[in-house]
Amino acid sequence: MNIAVTPPAYTPADYKSDVKPIWCPGCGDYHVLMSFTRAFAQLGLTPEEVVVVSGIGCSSRIPAYTNCYGFHGVHGRSLALAAGLKVTRPDLTVVVASGDGDGYSIGGNHFLHACRRNVDMTYVVMDNHIYGMTKGQPSPTTEPEFDTALTPGGTKVQPFHPLVVALASGANFIARCYSGDANETADVLAAAIKHPGFSFVEILSPCVTFRPDEKAWKDLVRPAPIAATDDQGKAARRLMTDDGFNVGILYRGNRLPFQPAAGAIDIDLSVLEKDFEL
Amino acid sequence: MSKPEGNPSVASLNDLLAVAYRIEIDAVERYNMLADQMETHNNPDLVKVFRDLARAEGIHGEEIRRLAGDFDVVAHARKIARFERGDSPEEADLTSAHYMMTPWHALQLSLSGEQRALGYFTSIVETAKDPKVKTMAAELVEEETEHVKLVHRLLKRYPEPSANWAEDLDPPSSQE
Repeated sequence: MNIAVTPPAYTPADYKSDVKPIWCPGCGDYHVLMSFTRAFAQLGLTPEEVVVVSGIGCSSRIPAYTNCYGFHGVHGRSLALAAGLKVTRPDLTVVVASGDGDGYSIGGNHFLHACRRNVDMTYVVMDNHIYGMTKGQPSPTTEPEFDTALTPGGTKVQPFHPLVVALASGANFIARCYSGDANETADVLAAAIKHPGFSFVEILSPCVTFRPDEKAWKDLVRPAPIAATDDQGKAARRLMTDDGFNVGILYRGNRLPFQPAAGAIDIDLSVLEKDFEL
Repeated sequence: MSKPEGNPSVASLNDLLAVAYRIEIDAVERYNMLADQMETHNNPDLVKVFRDLARAEGIHGEEIRRLAGDFDVVAHARKIARFERGDSPEEADLTSAHYMMTPWHALQLSLSGEQRALGYFTSIVETAKDPKVKTMAAELVEEETEHVKLVHRLLKRYPEPSANWAEDLDPPSSQE
């Protein structure tokens, strides 16, 4: 008997957990959560096909707010966890959530090598140019003139340029979004998830508590004037010269993802355990 | 009919009803989200205001469902009624939320949403070719006009707070 089965249609609400977010009202991360759930619904992924992995920080609370599989890891190590997961369970969709402190400072080295290794996963960094959870210390993307009691007169340190670093390190998909535009961000996330290899999406996500000036981002962001390119040279020139407010997909590479063939890693775990026996 | 970039296409009466339904349901979701935030941050007055607003928008959504009769407006809304750029018209601006906001601020958000919806349906009236769409859009304009008036009336109960309304005597631990 031939029975036509209609695949279940998922709505964004199907990916939300019962845990209520505790971000500050006005925080951009609320929008990012919406974009995650809208992207998953758009792709028709079942919640159990998705794993959201994170490190530490306001942004990294996000796995608890979804009912997908989640792993709230240690500070800066989300990419290592996620890469290990993806190579052993390539059937799962792995999305990693981080912030500019977690991802670019403590996790900076993992970021470089995750781009280089090109495992098929999506890395989302909610960048608010500040350590919000620990009460407002400058992060790697904080402007040099940002003046606080901890950094009188500003850090005077050139900010990190995450998109340029990602490109130079080998990321296969690079995009920038603004959290306030949840639908546009959802579309970009869906494209990032579908693109093979390591996809990096920086989301400008204002911290209303320690960086109320970032509310102005809403008026500064604009769609990138040029379509995405697969030419690293063009992408490099574009990324080096933009002012950080061009949003959209900026680079789509065509490197093959790193994925060991099933059974290629033939290790008996009990043998490894012997090294740790007391 | 031409449409502003990113807005759903409204080519038929069913499309219009689906979009109108979606607008109300998006508003419900947004107000409930704001109510949850206020609950977490211990602002009970605002929890009530946002829950009341969510309830009101939910009633409007149900009215649209009834108007649609046997047509499955919910499924059609899911399929076609997506605002690609930015929020849908009645969604309150999440970025304007603050843990110490007052009912006046909440009603200002609501007013902006109702005004955006009014503008949206007015644009449909002005551009629709199908007379059925034009007529229904005109009805929706009337409804939204009433909602705008209602929010103005509610605002009279809540005076604008003083300029230092966000001053927190026990602020988040700041460096400064």
